[in-house]
Amino acid sequence: MTANLHLWLIPALPLIGAAINGLLGRRFRRWLVSAVALVFSGGPFALASWVALQFPPLATPYQEALTPWIRAAGFRADFAFYLDQLSLVMLLVVTGVGFLIHIYSVGYMAEEGGFYRFFSYLNLFMFFMLTLVLANNYLLMFVGWEGVGLASYLLIGFWFTKDSAASAGKKAFIVNRVGDFGFLIALFLLIKHFGSLNFSQVFSAISPMGSEIQGVGLLTSIALLLMLGACGKSAQIPLYVWLPDAMEGPTPVSALIHAATMVTAGVYMVARSHVIFDHAPGALTIVAIIGTLTAVFAATIGIAQTDIKKVLAYSTISQLGYMFMACGVAAYSAGIFHLMTHAFFKGLLFLAAGSVIHAIGGEQDMRKMGGLRTKIPWTFWTMTAATLAIAGIPPFAGFFSKDEILWQAYSSPYGSWVYWLIGVITAFITSFYMFRLWFLTFFGEYRGAEEHEHTEHAGGHAGIHESPKVMLVPLVILAILSVIGGWIGYHNTFQNFLSPVFHAGITAATLEAATASATQPHPQAGATESLLMGTSIAAALAGFLLAWFLYHRRPDLPAKIAHALDGLYQAVLDKYYVDELYAVLFVNPLINGSRLLWHGIDQNVIDATVDNAAEGAREVSDTVRHMQSGNIRSYAGWVAAGAAVVIVYMVWLGVR
Amino acid sequence: MVPLSYYLVLSGILFACGVAGFLIKRNIISIFLSIELMLNGVNLSFVAFAAQWKALSGQVFVFFVMVVAAAEAAVGLAIIIAVYRTRETLNVDQVNLLKL
Repeated sequence: MTANLHLWLIPALPLIGAAINGLLGRRFRRWLVSAVALVFSGGPFALASWVALQFPPLATPYQEALTPWIRAAGFRADFAFYLDQLSLVMLLVVTGVGFLIHIYSVGYMAEEGGFYRFFSYLNLFMFFMLTLVLANNYLLMFVGWEGVGLASYLLIGFWFTKDSAASAGKKAFIVNRVGDFGFLIALFLLIKHFGSLNFSQVFSAISPMGSEIQGVGLLTSIALLLMLGACGKSAQIPLYVWLPDAMEGPTPVSALIHAATMVTAGVYMVARSHVIFDHAPGALTIVAIIGTLTAVFAATIGIAQTDIKKVLAYSTISQLGYMFMACGVAAYSAGIFHLMTHAFFKGLLFLAAGSVIHAIGGEQDMRKMGGLRTKIPWTFWTMTAATLAIAGIPPFAGFFSKDEILWQAYSSPYGSWVYWLIGVITAFITSFYMFRLWFLTFFGEYRGAEEHEHTEHAGGHAGIHESPKVMLVPLVILAILSVIGGWIGYHNTFQNFLSPVFHAGITAATLEAATASATQPHPQAGATESLLMGTSIAAALAGFLLAWFLYHRRPDLPAKIAHALDGLYQAVLDKYYVDELYAVLFVNPLINGSRLLWHGIDQNVIDATVDNAAEGAREVSDTVRHMQSGNIRSYAGWVAAGAAVVIVYMVWLGVR
Repeated sequence: MVPLSYYLVLSGILFACGVAGFLIKRNIISIFLSIELMLNGVNLSFVAFAAQWKALSGQVFVFFVMVVAAAEAAVGLAIIIAVYRTRETLNVDQVNLLKL
């Protein structure tokens, strides 16, 4: 046991911040609310950085028990924390990006009502996310998992008086329930078969087991159920539908929760459970297929969206698909690498989009933007960095991580050229729709309503204006990270850093197989890798050129193309009618079934029984109460009549 | 000797008169008298049976009934006087303070 790192402080601080702002914030002035929020989200970042400095000499995984929680018979789940290279990366990403977005929010939300409520929720989210990342057992992880879902629900529905925001929050919460169902069942299976949810205990119990090469065995089932949970949280097919709607929340929330951190929880969970997935090749294949399909599917929807945040939302889904593709070919470190770079550039894209929206007074429709390049230069340049990064143009961050994923998808023992091909196509589409967004927003003529330039809007500023410094500083920092963040993956530095995590639980046999196949094609590997890299760069450039041609050179063409491909365009614009399909398949039957149960069973049977019983009792008593008149003589009359009846009975029927 | 059934019929008639009086009358003293009538109707059947079966217990029982009736008359008349003093009426339908 080495030094005590006091890891518990890292999640505890945001919780305290959330409590202070949530309970007392109503009476605070705005600067005090901001100060509390920033201190209690910056604190964890400082602590995490300190932990990172302490990290190298530590024996990993470092575990720290805070207090017992559940101890029943042989089963134990404690409030205990687990730190290894994987959680350290997540810790830094969550606290770092989270802190920057807190700073940004101070500027972005300055004019909004419910200021203290917003920061209280945001800090609450940080608490749950850090719990999720630091937990040393699945149960505590699940607490964080549900908690971030709660925070996400609260923040999507932040403007709860808006009907669409309230129902988007509900949709996110309910769709996530489907995934959580899978996660829970997986946990039950783990408890049943391993008697523990502790990461180290479960993984050391699984390690000696053989791989489930064919058929669906225990490990495959657990892995698939975990993947169902990940699909819900990380918005993969078939449970991705909530994420685009989640854009109803304030933009910093979209950046923090629905791009940079929470939605990557599923990737983290799969990577954390890599021992289970490594022993279930069938499940890995399904993860890869889901990831690949989601990547290309969401990217195509992104082409036709006109709402700037919706484009980014579908892009997030697509990039998450890449991460799952990486996990599915057992290249977890590539997935986590992309998770990190994605947190930088997608967080930045959302923040910059927020800055654009802020600048033109709340307009989100890209058709009403344009020509903003010179008016908001800081936003323009930071967004350019992020766009280049996500498009995979070297040497920006996204290039390194995406290229690593594509290379692994091709070369890993679980990989296949099909994944690679779809990945490259997706990269092309990604580049295209991102540059489309870029051209539509920043180039050409301003197409918004003219009066915006002169009238005072909600912000109290006049015309199109650059955002305040408090919003620009996070943009710039994230832009720098988006530019240089990829270099830590150079020469596999990042992968080597994470390798103690991902090679810990692998059996000798699988390790041998992995190394054998990894070393076998080595002679041409360098050449192949360069070729593949060249292809993906070419795809990115092609996407850029196409976007340039269509949206800058010949801006009249897209409408004509859309017209020519009317049906297809409409289908893409309407997101392939997936929401409508789900409505027909699941939502409407559920609503109708519930309505049937409500009217048919609840009202007509259960309520009716109770009501009629009461009504009957009242009517009977209403009749009978007239007997009890309080009139002595009438009682006496009844007694006499009764006696007469008895006498008649005895005389007549001859009781002797 | 008068047959037993005559006594019993007379006893029944007396009792029925008592019951009818009890039910019909409103004056509290009339009701009281009706109760006495019922008691004596019963007494008559007691002594008739006692004479018929040559058993003393019936006659002893009549003494008990008479003692109870006397005690009841004392208490009952006292109550009637008290009621009359407070309510200034002997009509039972108007003595209904305890009714809702």
